[in-house]
Amino acid sequence: MPRLSVWMVRTALVCLVAGFALGALILAARGMAEPPGFVARLRPLHVELLLLGWIVNLGFGVAYWILPARVDGTGRGAGLGAGAAFALLNAGVLLAGVGQALTAPAIVPLLGRAAEAAGAAAFAAHAWRRVRPYGATRRAT
Amino acid sequence: MPPLTRWLVRTALVCFVAGLLLGVAMQVGAAREAFPLLAAAWPGYVHLLTVGWVTQLIMGVAFWLFPRTDRSRPAPPAWLGWTGYVLLNAGLLMRLAAEPAAMLDPATPLRNLLPLSALLQLAAACCFALLLWPRVRERAGDR
Repeated sequence: MPRLSVWMVRTALVCLVAGFALGALILAARGMAEPPGFVARLRPLHVELLLLGWIVNLGFGVAYWILPARVDGTGRGAGLGAGAAFALLNAGVLLAGVGQALTAPAIVPLLGRAAEAAGAAAFAAHAWRRVRPYGATRRAT
Repeated sequence: MPPLTRWLVRTALVCFVAGLLLGVAMQVGAAREAFPLLAAAWPGYVHLLTVGWVTQLIMGVAFWLFPRTDRSRPAPPAWLGWTGYVLLNAGLLMRLAAEPAAMLDPATPLRNLLPLSALLQLAAACCFALLLWPRVRERAGDR
């Protein structure tokens, strides 16, 4: 597994445990007669951590590892696009999730969502040329 | 496919079908009238699909396909995976049974199951993370 995939998949596992921990707090609070008020505000962070932090980081990590190499002989490429996708996605998860949990100004979750979208676009741009049929070779010039 | 993967993937498939059937039932007015708990089943529906289906399927496939450990990094004990499997599904079932009842009737004793369900699912996530962590590793020459 390449180093970047290791980072992505391990970050996904950290997000899984963190997201489940928040979910456990939220669910346990539903069993209380008077749940603490802050628990309800954790829900957006719980959702960001699991839907994007867990599932998307894992998808990025496995795709970066397992998609076919580029036909131009550069393997997985320089890794800049995928690395940027990883950084943007996780910065976005933190900004959007923590921003909503702390009721930060609306610009903070907005920036977070924009970073997540930019991360998705960066990963799509990286992966695009690696999605190809069996036996594809470089086009004759 | 290892036995743990088969159990995880088959249980994930059961959750997938059950979740979508629950979604159908939630949309049918006559069903909601006959079973008022369906009106409060939305969180259960979402978690049946995200935890029971997606997360469990990922765990099954990851346990099957992630790189094997070697002598320098021994594999975590297999019981960790089985414990995660049992805890996850027990916690999920407990939630499905208790949450709608607690939402409709805050005085129901079933409500006391929710913290336990929360704890079981969190423990399951920890088991799976510990099980997979040593297998997420760099291979020499693979950049």
